[in-house]
Amino acid sequence: MRRFLLIAVPYTWLLALFLAPFVIVFKISLSDIALAIPPYTPTLDLGAGWEGIKTFFSGLDFENFVWLTQDDLYWKAYLSSLKIAVISTAFTLMIGYPIAYGLARSPEEWRPTLMMLIILPFWTSFLIRVYSWMGILSQEGFLNQFLLWTGLINEPLIILNTSIAVYIGIVYTYLPFMILPIYATLDRLDESLIEAAEDLGCSRLSAFWLITVPLSKNGIAAGSFLVFIPALGEFVIPSLLGGSRTLMIGKVLWEEFFSNRDWPVAGAVAIVLLLILVIPIVLFQRNQQKQAEAEQ
Amino acid sequence: MQSTIFAPWEDPEAKPLIRFQNVTKRFGTFTAIDDLSLDIYEKEFFALLGPSGCGKTTMMRMLGGFENPTEGRIELAGKDISGVPPNKRAVNMMFQSYALFPHLSVWDNIAFGLRRDGRPKDEVAARVAEMLKLTRLEKFGRRKPHQISGGQRQRVALARSLAKAPKLLLLDEPMGALDKKLRQDTQFELMDIQEKTGTTFVIVTHDQEEAMTVASRVAVMDEGKLIQVATPDRIYESPENVYVADFIGDVNIIEGRATLEGEETYRIDWAEGEAPLRATSSTRLDNGQSCFLAIRPEKVTISPERPEGAVNAVHGKVLDIAYLGNISTYHVELASGTVIKAQAANTRRISRRSFTWEDPVWLSWTVTGGVLLAG
Ligand SMILES: Nc1ncnc2c1ncn2[C@@H]1O[C@H](COP(=O)(O)OP(=O)(O)OP(=O)(O)O)[C@@H](O)[C@H]1O
Ligand SMILES: [Mg+2]
Repeated sequence: MRRFLLIAVPYTWLLALFLAPFVIVFKISLSDIALAIPPYTPTLDLGAGWEGIKTFFSGLDFENFVWLTQDDLYWKAYLSSLKIAVISTAFTLMIGYPIAYGLARSPEEWRPTLMMLIILPFWTSFLIRVYSWMGILSQEGFLNQFLLWTGLINEPLIILNTSIAVYIGIVYTYLPFMILPIYATLDRLDESLIEAAEDLGCSRLSAFWLITVPLSKNGIAAGSFLVFIPALGEFVIPSLLGGSRTLMIGKVLWEEFFSNRDWPVAGAVAIVLLLILVIPIVLFQRNQQKQAEAEQ
Repeated sequence: MQSTIFAPWEDPEAKPLIRFQNVTKRFGTFTAIDDLSLDIYEKEFFALLGPSGCGKTTMMRMLGGFENPTEGRIELAGKDISGVPPNKRAVNMMFQSYALFPHLSVWDNIAFGLRRDGRPKDEVAARVAEMLKLTRLEKFGRRKPHQISGGQRQRVALARSLAKAPKLLLLDEPMGALDKKLRQDTQFELMDIQEKTGTTFVIVTHDQEEAMTVASRVAVMDEGKLIQVATPDRIYESPENVYVADFIGDVNIIEGRATLEGEETYRIDWAEGEAPLRATSSTRLDNGQSCFLAIRPEKVTISPERPEGAVNAVHGKVLDIAYLGNISTYHVELASGTVIKAQAANTRRISRRSFTWEDPVWLSWTVTGGVLLAG
């Protein structure tokens, strides 16, 4: 009985917060657009009894999913999102790894402070931080003013409203998610392993590649998934920093919902996005599980 | 024996392979190695012995290149090695913590150093196979370090450090986790390797028997200082001070005052109501100087009657008997309360042995049976 309760808690949680919304969205994605409240048909009319249920199900179809394949906006948006998510994950890794490494190597008494500095940005609103990037990256922004002042450039660079600004925004926002798991694995790394590798003929650099990197791959994987998964569906950063030309599926989704008020298509977009995300999420889970097993 | 033929430390012409010159190592304000000077010669099997925390690993780490001396210099084959990184030293170290690479199989761990040298594949494979055979790990080559036992891990660490056949091999407690049989086999293997390859070994051990078996010389350390460096038999038979005598093997220590009686013979007055003892010493002691007499239990004879003509004889009763199979150690309490240990071979069955608890007995030893040390 107690075991049942213990298992029931997470499953109820999952049911309430994931499965139920998923079923609702899935149902909407199979519906047709309508000028009504809510803006789709059919709606389930239980008052009509068996007949009502039958008409309800006969009204559902996969039209919207077919539509997604017909208009090239959607798959372009998916591909563009994938590209942006992959590239910004790679950048986050390239910047995050050295920071995590430095953190793990820093003197013990400094670490809490350094860790604080990494988490500190989370203490202000995410929106405010993205807006302040607009102030930095715009044509009259701090960055351009500074570069003009140093004489490195003569004309202001156009960064805001390009995909570069989106990359900067995503890397900036998700960097701590990359740093923390990598730091956790590097912190546990036994220093004597590096010494042993050097003793056996490795240079500093080859010891890093042969020992440190393989032993922190769990952290790299965890960090990459934690950046990649939210970056793929990102909406705020591309719409604030990316301008109209940056195509991301999160933005398309938002427009379908709020501008077009086409809930069924938006639902279909969301379901496909979820399916795309399920692959990395499952991989992530497998990675976590393997890690847990290796530690036993 | 080896030590009578092979004794480069007695040859003033011989060039040491390793030379510690007034080496001091401090960690913050803590002095781990204190002004230590030591020469180790090529092809030696040098054992470091000492209590936990006395600085054995620190000495190894300085040789391996993981620590630099705070003061003094360390020479390897005549060259100062401070600042030479570990991968540029012809030295391999077996770490006390093993430091096996957890993401690599046993096989790959052993092959690691060979591959870094860029040796051809089949040569690496042959060498690894040889090492696996030596350490009896043939069956475990494909396993990861976390899938084998503690003793097996230790053998992997040993195999990995041996694989490159370096000029100097540093072994930090290489056999602590092995059972006696395997340990003896490994000891002989090491000695064999040493003879074949001429590798110089520096080995840390907590096992005196091991040090005695394998070492050409033994260094007894305490608190970052060398207390005595000598061949195993000299360390055992003629320790220079009470610390060494007490540290190596079982020993009775009697404190007293020495008086010169004849040529190199001293009378030792040691306890109220006990007859004075006699012992020889080649180092001079002043009359009335406090001294220690160290007597190994196996040099003490136990008998029911006072042996005729015994120079040193004391009377007491058996307090305790430790049965060790081939020998027994008798703890005998004297009238003064002092307990002296004597060892006797068990030539008879245990039920028929001559002494039992509470029996009055005599303990005796010769004038050269004990070692007289200045207090
Ligand atoms: N990195 C370090 N920082 C501070 N103190 C250290 C450091 N390394 C060693 N010490 C100290 O130096 C002393 C000698 O250490 P070492 O590891 O050489 O001992 P050991 O003789 O090998 O002992 P054991 O037999 O337990 O292995 C110890 O008191 C230890 O605490
Ligand atoms: Mg040690």
